[in-house]
Amino acid sequence: MTGSTRAQSTATVIIEAAMKIAISAQGGSMSAKVSGQFGRCAYFLIVDADTMKFEPVGNPGTGMAHGAGPEAAREISSRGAQVVLTGRVGPNAKSALDAAGIRIVEGISDSATVKEAVESYLRGR
Amino acid sequence: MVIAVASGKGGTGKTTVACALALCGEKDVCLLDCDVDEPNAHILLHPRIEETVVASVVRPHIDEALCDGCGACSRVCRYRALTVLRDKPLLLEHLCHGCGGCSLVCPKGAITEKAKPIGRIERGHAGDIRFVSGVLNVGEAMSPPLIRQVRAQATGCRDVVIDAPPGTSCPMVAAARGSDFCVLVTEPTPFGLHDLSLAVEVVRKLGVPFGVVINIADIGDDRVERYCRDQEVEVLARIPYDRTIAEAYSRGRPIIEARPKLQAVFSGIVRDIHARGGSAA
Repeated sequence: MTGSTRAQSTATVIIEAAMKIAISAQGGSMSAKVSGQFGRCAYFLIVDADTMKFEPVGNPGTGMAHGAGPEAAREISSRGAQVVLTGRVGPNAKSALDAAGIRIVEGISDSATVKEAVESYLRGR
Repeated sequence: MVIAVASGKGGTGKTTVACALALCGEKDVCLLDCDVDEPNAHILLHPRIEETVVASVVRPHIDEALCDGCGACSRVCRYRALTVLRDKPLLLEHLCHGCGGCSLVCPKGAITEKAKPIGRIERGHAGDIRFVSGVLNVGEAMSPPLIRQVRAQATGCRDVVIDAPPGTSCPMVAAARGSDFCVLVTEPTPFGLHDLSLAVEVVRKLGVPFGVVINIADIGDDRVERYCRDQEVEVLARIPYDRTIAEAYSRGRPIIEARPKLQAVFSGIVRDIHARGGSAA
């Protein structure tokens, strides 16, 4: 029992070291509130799950009349995100995120801060 | 003379009015049913369809063996129908407007255009009236390309009457833009007024002269009348609330069969529009 648990957690550590999480946000910092919208959020925070270092990225989708979702997906994919935490993902964005191999975690409340959302995700994983 | 019949609100009597105008016009009239999501002018005009052609749009076809994932196609596509993810193009076909830009900019020549059927165009005659109707395939999201193809059929006739789709978005604009005159059909209800005011804004922006026909004019309230006065919009005609008209409609008979006296009203509208002059064709 103990042995298999240890083997599992070792594997997890290896994945975590490389994992980048994108969070849709209303502002460009870890204390900003999560944005309920994926395609039209103001910012993404790209967080390194291992070091908790973060990089704010303006969402190029916000200014687009059409295709905001796929454009937002392209942006976070180019930043190396493997998971996205957000409120809701539209159907076009979902197709793009699936093609990019990015895991979608929906239903994050926009009353949470980015930091809280990341911590809660890492705890619950 | 191209006369578009539009409304804003659905179910106000666009098709009733469009068919009446076509039937009451002078000779050499063409009716275009541009309500391609749900064409219904045939129900009142009973045309003999002589020819049906497939209507298509172009969609990109990507040869992935030639694509190097440079993303030029995605950058030129303002609808992001193409997105390059992990160096591979993702085509979201329902977002594509068929402009062909991606195939022009692809430096590798990996993108060619393929025709994709979206519906059909039916051509025929209803008595002396030339009849053209667009029929969009079920599930197809974008009607303006088909509406534009139906409109392109309006050649060689003295008068063209367009039965436009309801609403005030791209389909309505595609049907009404470039007309000589737009007849806006409404009803004296809060919804009728609300959607009329939107439609008025659209046709003003399009620069198309217009007037209003108030259907079932003797029910509801007087706010549509007041709006037209305030906005200095001409009321071309008022059609009464009349069970005989509704019964005829339910049997597929045009309004002027039910109430022959209205013939003078509709031919008067056509005459008035002609008297204003102009020709967009």
